[in-house]
Amino acid sequence: MSAEIQTGNDNTHACCECDCGTRRDFMQLAAAAFGAVGLGFFVKPVIDSLRPAKDTQALATVEVDIGSVPEGESMTVMWRGKPVFIRHRTRKEIEMAQAVDVQSLTDKQSDEERVKKGKEQWLVTVGVCTHLGCIPQGQKPTDNRGGYDGWFCSCHGSEYDTSGRIRKGPAPKNLDVPPYEFVNDTTIKIG
Amino acid sequence: MGSANREKFDNTVVEWIDSRMPIFTILNKEYGVFPTPRNFNYFWNFGAIAMFMLMTMIITGIILAMHYTADTKLAFDSVERIMRDVNGGWLLRYIHMNGASFFFIAVYIHMFRGIYYGSYKKPRELLWILGVIIFLLMMATAFIGYVLPWGQMSLWGATVITNLFSAVPFVGNWIVETLWGGYSVDNPTLTRFFALHFLLPFVIFAVVFLHVWALHVSGSNNPLGIEPKGPQDTLPFNPYYTAKDTFGLVVFMVAYAFFIFFAPDFLGHPDNYIPADPLVTPAHIVPEWYFLPFYAILRAVTFSINWYLIIGAGLCAYAFIKWMTKNKERESFFVKEYMVFVLPALFLFVLGAVIAFIPVSEQQFVDGELQYVGIARIIEGIRYYFTFDFLIPDSIRGTTEAVEMRVAIDALLIPISAKLGGVLAMFGSIALLIVLPWLDSHPVRSARFRPLFRIFVLLFTVSVGILGYAGSQPADKVYWSTCLGDAVACEALAHGGHGAGAEHHSDASATTIIKLDNTMLAQAFTGFYFAFFLIIIPLLGRFEKARALPYSIHEAVLGKEQRAGV
Repeated sequence: MSAEIQTGNDNTHACCECDCGTRRDFMQLAAAAFGAVGLGFFVKPVIDSLRPAKDTQALATVEVDIGSVPEGESMTVMWRGKPVFIRHRTRKEIEMAQAVDVQSLTDKQSDEERVKKGKEQWLVTVGVCTHLGCIPQGQKPTDNRGGYDGWFCSCHGSEYDTSGRIRKGPAPKNLDVPPYEFVNDTTIKIG
Repeated sequence: MGSANREKFDNTVVEWIDSRMPIFTILNKEYGVFPTPRNFNYFWNFGAIAMFMLMTMIITGIILAMHYTADTKLAFDSVERIMRDVNGGWLLRYIHMNGASFFFIAVYIHMFRGIYYGSYKKPRELLWILGVIIFLLMMATAFIGYVLPWGQMSLWGATVITNLFSAVPFVGNWIVETLWGGYSVDNPTLTRFFALHFLLPFVIFAVVFLHVWALHVSGSNNPLGIEPKGPQDTLPFNPYYTAKDTFGLVVFMVAYAFFIFFAPDFLGHPDNYIPADPLVTPAHIVPEWYFLPFYAILRAVTFSINWYLIIGAGLCAYAFIKWMTKNKERESFFVKEYMVFVLPALFLFVLGAVIAFIPVSEQQFVDGELQYVGIARIIEGIRYYFTFDFLIPDSIRGTTEAVEMRVAIDALLIPISAKLGGVLAMFGSIALLIVLPWLDSHPVRSARFRPLFRIFVLLFTVSVGILGYAGSQPADKVYWSTCLGDAVACEALAHGGHGAGAEHHSDASATTIIKLDNTMLAQAFTGFYFAFFLIIIPLLGRFEKARALPYSIHEAVLGKEQRAGV
């Protein structure tokens, strides 16, 4: 403490009359700032190392043959460690999905936005409940599909319709539609 | 460290060490002659018991870690190998598994003790806060430890809880992916959880050291909640409380041993003996019992929270704080000064509640025109104006443009989604413990002398138990229901059951079903939980008349003995 006062006096004379701080204050601030920048350079790679690694990212694309799924049934494939639901919808299911008033939905999306044009019979969604990540039931015709003939999440009671949209329960969003494209009529590439 | 005027030890080896590093002097000062209130009851055993449990967990945990493999392909089998092949492995694992439960039992009783006897009050606020930090660290450690056996509950419990962080606005997904090290709970998650599960107990140990340090500065509280006035009010820690703690510990260990040897899986969930499968969610995910009350609070928020509710709550809080901090004694709350805030708040609550809780009414056709009838007309009227639906021009209604506009308005109007609300409520319920010393301004510590506080603390304890029960049950479980309205339709509903979706909806219009389900139960007791801390405790702090405190601890203790002797 006393040392600071002594040098402080010296420096006030040398530098200026204002109370803008001493040379020592500047050195301390500069050192602390330099240290903070250095720490930042260390923290960045440390946090990056916790992010998905390259091999995890490499599993980000899968090609699926959907020709074997008959109308009214579904298949489940793994993509990025999560199930992807592919449902071959019946005419009735498509009509049910299209008839809904979009305004009345929690997550307002029309059915057209959730399928590929001309391939309305195929609904592809990530099979993870948007509430807290459970896998909803409804892939088998014998499953409980909830009140809207889509999927039912038994964890907290969310119900999805035939377009994978949230209709009832705590989930805030519709089932995600992953990026995908049709390679040909019976093959899709997810990711 | 007080080595200057220390007493010499007779043993020459002890004296040689102590003169260079006075560890024996410190031990004697803090655990030998340490003056401790003479009137402890058995509630005061649970600090020492919790310390014993921490040591048990660290010792068994280190040995289990020597046999465990943190890899999704091997983890489950390595735990089964511990159970079947490792010599005594079953015992170590059961000690560790049930140890988590008994650690929490000890800590929950310890926390109840702290609240009931006002141990959090000045000068022990920091001691209390360090305790809450230990509790938070324990919760984190227990949660990630439960993931390691890589059974179904491990995987799905981890999925549900880590997904909580996705509720954070803007950066939620980034946080969750960083926690996972991938796009789902998978091998990178398991390996980092193992590393953290090994690390955190030592962090807990360090905070326990600070906790005990703070305790030894202020000294212990006691059942009377009054400070010792002199040596006649205290006893040396050794042998009085070393003996009493040991006795309590042995009784506790009998119960602990009963579970280890006779009911080792009673407190666990059978689904965790099924290897983790990312394609199948168990029908009913429940956390370990010690998280159930907080899980119930998390699930209780099933509604999104709009600005009307937030501003209403803010106005009420402002008026309440203003009234509480006012010096004038016993002024009525129901006067103009406060009602100018509270009445608008009530109005806002009604608007907010209509928007948040009442689903969009079913539209009906009247004379070929789409209209709402009866009360639905009022509700949809409120919704039309107060959700700013009128901003959307009629010309674009029904188009995607209108939908996008609606979504944009909702994003501004509803800052807290149901999911985020649940997460905030859950963390808030623990955060309240941290600020408890400042919520309770009553000068008397012990509930023995606060008859009202005593009743409410006991009610609070029961309500936490009920929340725990609610957390263990499915959200849609119905406890009681009755059907009002058209008798035929009610009959049809009762027989229709759940399965038939379409019929269910058409019949519902002629009837009203009143029911009490698990979500409502959880909501009621979550309400009480928060009301206890935010309304009841501050009010009692200001208005409760305490009974007369005894003059001193020894007077209270000896007075009782005399009466018993007569």
